[in-house]
Amino acid sequence: MPEIPKEEFILKCTSACAGCSASLSLRYVLKAAGPDTVLVVPACCTSVIQGIYPNTAMNVPVYNVAFATAAASASGMSSAFRALGKKTNVIVYAGDGGTLDIGIQALSGAFERGTDFLYICYDNEAYGNTGMQRSGGTPLGAKTTTTPAGKTDVKKDIDAIIAAHEPPYQATACAAYPQDLFKKVQKALSIRGPTFIHVLAPCPPGWRYSTEKSVEIGKLAVKSGIWVLYEREYGNLTITAPSKAAIKKPVPLEDYLAPQGRFKGIDPKTLGILKQRVAKNLQRLAQEEAGVC
Amino acid sequence: MLTVATGNKAVALAVKQAKPVVIAAYPITPQTEIVEQIAEYVSSGELPARYIAVESEHSAMAACIGASVTGVRTFTATSSHGLLYMHEMTNWAAGARLPIVMANVNRALGPGWNIWAEHTDAMQERDTGWLQVYVASVQEAYDATLMAFRIAEDNDILLPVMINLDGFLLSHIMQPLDAVEPNDFIPPLHLPHAIDTKNPAGYGTLTGPEDYFKFRWDIERSMRDSMKVIAATEDEFSRRFGRTYGFTEDYLCEDADVIVVSMGTLGREAEVAVDHLRNEGVKAGSMRLRWFRPFPDLDLRGREVVVIDRDYSFGFGGVLAKSIQAKNRIDVFSVIAGLGGQEVTYDDIAGFVKNRRMGTEFWFGVTGNV
Repeated sequence: MPEIPKEEFILKCTSACAGCSASLSLRYVLKAAGPDTVLVVPACCTSVIQGIYPNTAMNVPVYNVAFATAAASASGMSSAFRALGKKTNVIVYAGDGGTLDIGIQALSGAFERGTDFLYICYDNEAYGNTGMQRSGGTPLGAKTTTTPAGKTDVKKDIDAIIAAHEPPYQATACAAYPQDLFKKVQKALSIRGPTFIHVLAPCPPGWRYSTEKSVEIGKLAVKSGIWVLYEREYGNLTITAPSKAAIKKPVPLEDYLAPQGRFKGIDPKTLGILKQRVAKNLQRLAQEEAGVC
Repeated sequence: MLTVATGNKAVALAVKQAKPVVIAAYPITPQTEIVEQIAEYVSSGELPARYIAVESEHSAMAACIGASVTGVRTFTATSSHGLLYMHEMTNWAAGARLPIVMANVNRALGPGWNIWAEHTDAMQERDTGWLQVYVASVQEAYDATLMAFRIAEDNDILLPVMINLDGFLLSHIMQPLDAVEPNDFIPPLHLPHAIDTKNPAGYGTLTGPEDYFKFRWDIERSMRDSMKVIAATEDEFSRRFGRTYGFTEDYLCEDADVIVVSMGTLGREAEVAVDHLRNEGVKAGSMRLRWFRPFPDLDLRGREVVVIDRDYSFGFGGVLAKSIQAKNRIDVFSVIAGLGGQEVTYDDIAGFVKNRRMGTEFWFGVTGNV
């Protein structure tokens, strides 16, 4: 068990929704990073969570930038800090829209250039800040305000896109497993170069479940195998313990979908495709870890 | 040191001497030579800076913003569509009060695809909060670049500065250049709102209707103050290095009956036109506007005014002509000439003056020669 510091970097009275796992995850990210850290935040829920000028709920500097530019701004910031001889952590904390969609060009550029920073995508699988429109992260079959009948396209595999850039470290995490997230952030920050952590962040209003269930939903995502926890260090994949169990014996996907209003009434065909994809992904990762690929 | 350089090389040399810490740039014609030369300086160690080869102009400005807020000096260069692509971030740079210096090599916008000189690219940035200077010679491009850092970084200003030079007509033309040793002319940058992890703060956070306008007013206040800072900086430059500039470069304006107002290299052409007109007995003068933002008061009372715009605001008019009309409450003869590199000679300009029809607009080459 890692020693998680008591010091808080998110102060009380944020503007987050009740049960927000993006803020829960950020709490542990900052505990792992410590005070010599700058957060770079594009347009996303976190730009609201921090509060309204002249107040701030964050106990580290937060640099808010335009939607498409988080990785590019962080690139400039990291270059400047390193030129000044400072080791200050530069952490992008961006949603799925700012990462998978509008921000992907800058993200790809920064990874290709080997920028020394940590990019965290907290993925609530929709444009949460603007009221739950579909994003590239929205899974197949999920209802959003712009896919009212359920999304007909599959979730974009940003992790595969990042892996293609061959960063020294990338990982997945979930706000429901804060100690795992804490360890992965610490490891990412100990490595020079571009590192990436993709955090599943269940969202009560967007996913339409009751607020007390965020941790439960996050755990079901992992146990059902629709979200797989792993690390890829210098290309070598290690699947994290709870997902190892899911590979051996996943809980039924329906257990994860049923409590969420966004999947209510999902048609059997779509459900079938979703289940197939989950099984195939688990198999693919298990084989990669075993070196069979 | 006397040498010969293109406009682009002169800008790059001034940038090297100003010692920025981070340069982030994307190549675009006809700016390319600036960033190639700077990359060369960085690569050879002549400029101990970080050169970030970004994947787009949007990212170039974003990277400058990220670097600048740590309190270091930054530079980028662009042109035309590159400038338009970074437009979101040029607003951000000014709003965040970051003294980024950028050279913009003025070029037309597509379609049709056109790489030649036009000012419409920079005109689309006029409401962003950037200071804009337009230069007309290689020497001036160099001098203005050195001064731009000093003006942008003045703690009463802290706004970005754009140096505009005409594509090819200046960017690629070779002229003599007297390079100086700027030494302490550009003092170290002290950014009062530089990021400090020991003193955490939120930057650019949500700002409601009760506060937002105060930040806007603060930009305008600095724009107004920049008049004094520009004048003082140019005075000091003149004392140290012997070259004198101003908000306008006036040529034979004092006794002129008619004044040609223009920006960039057209201003040089206008001076030759004035010489020819004077030989023919026309009391003409040329006023080349150097600073477009802040927009200066021009002393044009009692004269007829011919304004040449190498730009256009569709459905409205030449931006320079309309600005002068509005600010000075005078009628002008508005000439639209030189778009997309259209050739405009001193003879053409003399023709505009001789055949002026005050209060009208004339598109050179479209409605026939005047």
